Amino acid sequence: MSEYLSVLIFAVTGAAIVLFTFFISKLIRPHNPYPEKGVTYECAEDAIGDSWIRFNPRFYIFALIFVIFDVEVIFLFPWAVAFGELGLFALVEMVIFILILFFGLFYAWKKGVLKWV
Amino acid sequence: MVDYVSALSIDFNLIWPEIALLIGASVILLGSISKSFRPVIPAVALISCIVAMLLASQQWGHQGSGFADMVTCDNFGVMFKQIFLIASIVTLFLGFRYLKVKGLNRPEYYALILFSTAGMMVMANTADLVVMFLGLEIMSLPLYVLAGFNRRSLESSEAGIKYFLMGAFATAFLLMGIAFIYGAAETTNLRRIVTNFSYIAYDYNSTAIYFYSGIALTLIGFGFKIAAVPFHSWVPDVYQGAPTPVTAFFSVAPKAAGFAVMLRIFVFGLSGVELLTTAFWVLAVLTMSVGNILALRQDNVKRMLAYSSISHAGYILVAMTVGGADAVSSAIFYLVAYTMFNLGAFAVVTVMETRSGCRSEFSELTGLSKVHPYLAAILALFMFALSGFPPTAGFLGKFYIFSAAVHKGFIWLAVIGVMNSFVSVYYYLRVIKTAYFDEVKGKVTPVVLSPTVIIALIITALGTLGLGFFPQQLLEFSQAAIFGMP
Repeated sequence: MSEYLSVLIFAVTGAAIVLFTFFISKLIRPHNPYPEKGVTYECAEDAIGDSWIRFNPRFYIFALIFVIFDVEVIFLFPWAVAFGELGLFALVEMVIFILILFFGLFYAWKKGVLKWV
Repeated sequence: MVDYVSALSIDFNLIWPEIALLIGASVILLGSISKSFRPVIPAVALISCIVAMLLASQQWGHQGSGFADMVTCDNFGVMFKQIFLIASIVTLFLGFRYLKVKGLNRPEYYALILFSTAGMMVMANTADLVVMFLGLEIMSLPLYVLAGFNRRSLESSEAGIKYFLMGAFATAFLLMGIAFIYGAAETTNLRRIVTNFSYIAYDYNSTAIYFYSGIALTLIGFGFKIAAVPFHSWVPDVYQGAPTPVTAFFSVAPKAAGFAVMLRIFVFGLSGVELLTTAFWVLAVLTMSVGNILALRQDNVKRMLAYSSISHAGYILVAMTVGGADAVSSAIFYLVAYTMFNLGAFAVVTVMETRSGCRSEFSELTGLSKVHPYLAAILALFMFALSGFPPTAGFLGKFYIFSAAVHKGFIWLAVIGVMNSFVSVYYYLRVIKTAYFDEVKGKVTPVVLSPTVIIALIITALGTLGLGFFPQQLLEFSQAAIFGMP
């Protein structure tokens, strides 16, 4: 119980210090809001537009195709390390796996998703 | 050299049906690049479904597990694989003309249906929670795309996004549940979980709490998939917005897959958990009642069928609450029967929707009996089956479930179920009344009945009537499917 009491005291003191600082700064700071203060800070330049803009959805397709190769590599590394012990069956399985991924890439390529118009 | 083929017990005989579907889907995707291959794509899809069906029938009667216990093949799984394949074959037939009329005839439709069905088969073919999850994702991702297949329609896009967000949300619950169960039971294999369960359950320290919260979260995750109340809020919008053949598929196949997994986990696996019976009792009553009551007020046939599919999930939940061989075999019987008549009802809606500008409101059914007497008759048959009139399969399915409930002492549950069944008669018969007796305003546009849709209608109508007159064969199959399950 006593250990938890010290944690409680610690938390209360911490919160009190933060609140106290806010209170003091409220008392002594000048109060002068104007619109420019609310603008996004962009290296002292005037901000061009909002930061909440729409991204091109094409990025998502590229990211998705990247995932194909990402996953491929995750499986290829352990397979390559243990290749000496695994033999022919594992080679055939890995070739099938890579072929399936290649089919996916080929399909995406032919559908024209790799073209950035 | 490590002989890991036998060390991991790699046995391709366990997964040939899934492989057949995946090969079919890959061939379709690759072939879609060449224009001259496009006309044969539906045939390729159909052939790979039939091949998968034959391969799955070969597995009947063989019990085995492999791939380091990740894949378990038994009659129960084979039974469900056949349900999924029947549903996807009918969906392929339904889509053929509908997609052409709506300008959606893209080869991806066929490939996505096959991929999704393969995922369901993975779900039914395993007793390991992680592989179940894998199958669930293989099933769900194509379904999200299929819901938004009509990209130019706002409603369809809305359905796709809604289904994706809710589905992803449910998946998170499920995964968290599996993680908790793994933490408590130290395994994801269902059989070992059941062995470990006996000492976890009576261990009233933190382990049991994690185990029970894991079960609860898993239940929520699957509750979304089978659209049990209170996890049903996505159903009406998604069912209405998605292209109608896809809705037909949604209403039967993923639901059957969810029930396959839930039966394995909760009824066969964790039958000793008393809390689960209470949970299922509440879920069943809520699902039946809310589904039926909300269906009463719908003016759109697709929306009405969406709520009706919720209430039908409730009847199957009654069987899951009751538990035991009789109830589970009647649940399987009901799932097969429901697959038949629900697909049939959606087939008629699909035909109606091939008219331009049709939004499948009730009012658009008027005069159907004058212009298309056979189509009206077959629609009436499906509506009688949905509401549970003899001599259709719908009557026998409900009869088996409720009699199993009464035998096991769940009399109140059976009473609530039968009362719900009475309520549902109102909105099913309203369809028949509109099609036969309502006054026709203006001219009724005739619909075109293409051969593919006629095949789909014949399959489903024969199934609905055949199971009603000769239920014995299917009952024996469903009893054999659960024979020897723990």
